[in-house]
Amino acid sequence: MTLTRPDTQNAHVMTLDSYVLLLGASEIDELRALAAQLSGRTVQMVNSTAMGGGVAEILNRLIPLIQELGLRPRWDVITGGEDFFEVTKAFHNALHGEPYQARKESFDLFLATNEMNRKRLEFDCEFTVIHDPQPVALIEARTRQEGHWIWRCHIDLSHPNPEVWGFLRPFVYRYDGAMFSAPQFARQLPIPQYLSYPCIDPLSEKNVDLDPAYIQEVVERFGIDRARPIITQISRFDRLKDPIGVVRAYQIVRRYMDCQLVLAGGSAADDPEGEVVLEEVRREAKDDPDIHLLNLPPWSASEINALQRASTIIVQKSLREGFGLTVTEALWKKKPVVASAVGGIPAQVIHKHTGLLAHSIEGTAYQIRFLLSNPALAQKLGEQGYEHVRENFLITTNVKRYLTIFLHSLQHS
Amino acid sequence: MKKPENPFRFVTVSYLTQIGNQSATTLGELRDGLEKCSDASIFYHTFQSLGRYHFLTEGYSNDFAQWVLAGLNCPTLAEQMAAPDIRGYLALSDLRTDLLHITDEYCRSHPLEVDRPAFEPFYFLESIEVATPHTLEAWTLEEFRQRVEHLSNASFHYHFLVSRLRLGLRTNDFSVWFENELGLQALAQRTDRIDVYTNTLEGARAKLYTFIDRELAA
Repeated sequence: MTLTRPDTQNAHVMTLDSYVLLLGASEIDELRALAAQLSGRTVQMVNSTAMGGGVAEILNRLIPLIQELGLRPRWDVITGGEDFFEVTKAFHNALHGEPYQARKESFDLFLATNEMNRKRLEFDCEFTVIHDPQPVALIEARTRQEGHWIWRCHIDLSHPNPEVWGFLRPFVYRYDGAMFSAPQFARQLPIPQYLSYPCIDPLSEKNVDLDPAYIQEVVERFGIDRARPIITQISRFDRLKDPIGVVRAYQIVRRYMDCQLVLAGGSAADDPEGEVVLEEVRREAKDDPDIHLLNLPPWSASEINALQRASTIIVQKSLREGFGLTVTEALWKKKPVVASAVGGIPAQVIHKHTGLLAHSIEGTAYQIRFLLSNPALAQKLGEQGYEHVRENFLITTNVKRYLTIFLHSLQHS
Repeated sequence: MKKPENPFRFVTVSYLTQIGNQSATTLGELRDGLEKCSDASIFYHTFQSLGRYHFLTEGYSNDFAQWVLAGLNCPTLAEQMAAPDIRGYLALSDLRTDLLHITDEYCRSHPLEVDRPAFEPFYFLESIEVATPHTLEAWTLEEFRQRVEHLSNASFHYHFLVSRLRLGLRTNDFSVWFENELGLQALAQRTDRIDVYTNTLEGARAKLYTFIDRELAA
C-alpha cells in the first residue's frame, strides 16, 4: 500500500449553514461559540483507512466542519502491507472476543508498521486523536508531555481476547483519555474514559429527506404495497441480526392483522455465510408473497433511505449489536421502532418513550401488534425518537463532543 | 422597570460524559451504587437527564427511575424514584439521600426483588461541565427576549435549572436578573414557577416568551 492522505478537497462537503435548517441557528451558534475558544488550535486525526468503513465516513464529514469552525485539523492515514492489515483484522476480531492464536511475528509486525508510520508522519498538533487499535502504538511519538493525546475506540472491548488486549493495553494507558461508543464497550482503565456515541449525518444519502415520488418508485420497484402496513428490518443477512426471528415475529403478527415484511440487507456476494443465512430465511419465509427479501448492493443508500421512509414500523431484532446505527437512521426518519435491548440500542430506544424494546420473538410480535393498533402512539414514539437523535446522535453532536473534550483538556492541562 | 447595572451574561455550556467503573445488574447493586457514586454521577442521571431528554414530558424524570421501570420492571419504585423534583434541591447530597431512602424502603418491603437480575445493566456515568462565556449579553428585557431565542437548549437548561445548584438558591439565573437588575419581581416568580416536568424545554422557553411579552406590553 502506498502513502495515503484523504482527499477531503473533493469530498461532498456540507457547511455548517447546511445544518441550520434542520437543527436551528441556536445549536450551530453554540458550536461557533465553543469553537471560538479553540480558534487556530491544531488537531490531528489518525486512522487506518481513507475510504470505506464508518470511521473514514465520519472523518470525511467531521474534518471540514471542524475546519470551518476555525480550528486547524489534519487527517493522516497509516500505511502498511496487506500482512499488517491481516494482523489488525485478526486483532479486531479477537478484541470482539473471537478465539485467536497469538503469534510473536504478528505482534512484531504490528509494532514495526506502527514504528514506520511514526517516522513517516509528523506529530506536532495540540490535539492528537488516534482512532481504533491499528495505530494505537503511535503514542510512542509522544516523547514529552506535550499536546493532548486521545484514543478513540470505535469497537466493543467488553470481552477482548486477553492476549491481544494485554499487548495493546500498555499503549492505551499512555494516552490522556479514551473515548468509547457505549459504556458497556469500555474497559476499566487508569485514564479517563469518555462516552461518545456514534452518529449519523442527516444530510448524507442514507438520511437526507427524499422526494415522495422517489420513495413510491422504490417501493413499486420491489413490489411492496404501500396501502398495507410495512414492517422492515434493515441489516445484512447475519445470524446475529436474527432475520429468522423477525420472520417468526411477523408470522405471529399476521395471525392478527394484515401486513408485509421487508428484510433488506447488503450484498451477500462476498460473504459465504450471508448466502447461507439468506437461504435459511427463504426457507422460513415459505414463499409468502408478503415477505420481501431484498439483497441489495453496497451502493443502495438511497433505496435503503426510501424503504425506511416507506415503512410503518422498523424492527431491529438483533441478538448482539454494536451501536445499531440502523436504529438511529429509523428514529431520525420519525419511525416507530421495535428493537432488542442489546448493545447500544437501549441508549437509543428508551422504552415507551422513543420506541419499544423486546426480549423475545413473542415480545417483538406483541410490540409490533401494539403499535399497529395504536398509530397515534406509534407516531408519538417516532417523533420523540427523532428529537432524541437530533439531540444526541448527529454529526454536529459529534463535533460538539470533540470541541468539549479539547476545551476540557486545555482547562485541565 | 429599572435600568440594570449589570447585563445578563449568557454562557455556552457543553457536557462531557465520563464512564465510571460502576454498574448495577440488580436493585441491590443500584442501591449500593447510589450510595457510592460521585456527585457528578448523581448530577448526570438526574439534573442532566432532564436536559438530555428535554423533549419528553410524560413519565421520564431521571435515569434511575427509567432503569427501574425498563430494566427491573418495578413500576411502583420507578414512580417513587421519579417523584423528587430537582428544583427543590440545592445540594446533590440531599438528592442522593432521598433517592437512597426511597430505594432502601422499597428493598425492605420487597426483599425478593433485591437480587433479581435486570434485563440490562445500569451504568453509572458522570457529567463534566465545560462552560464558556457566550458573546451574547442583554441590557434590556427586549434584548434578553431576542438573545434567548439564540440560546441552545443546553445553555437554556444551564441557566434555568443547573443554576439552582450553582446559586444555592431555589431560583434560576433568569429570575435573579429580572428581580435584582430590572426590579421585576412578579416576572421573576412567574418564570421560576414554569414546570419543566410537564413542559419540554421548548415549551418552557415558549412560556418564558409569553411572560416577557406580557411584561413588555404592560
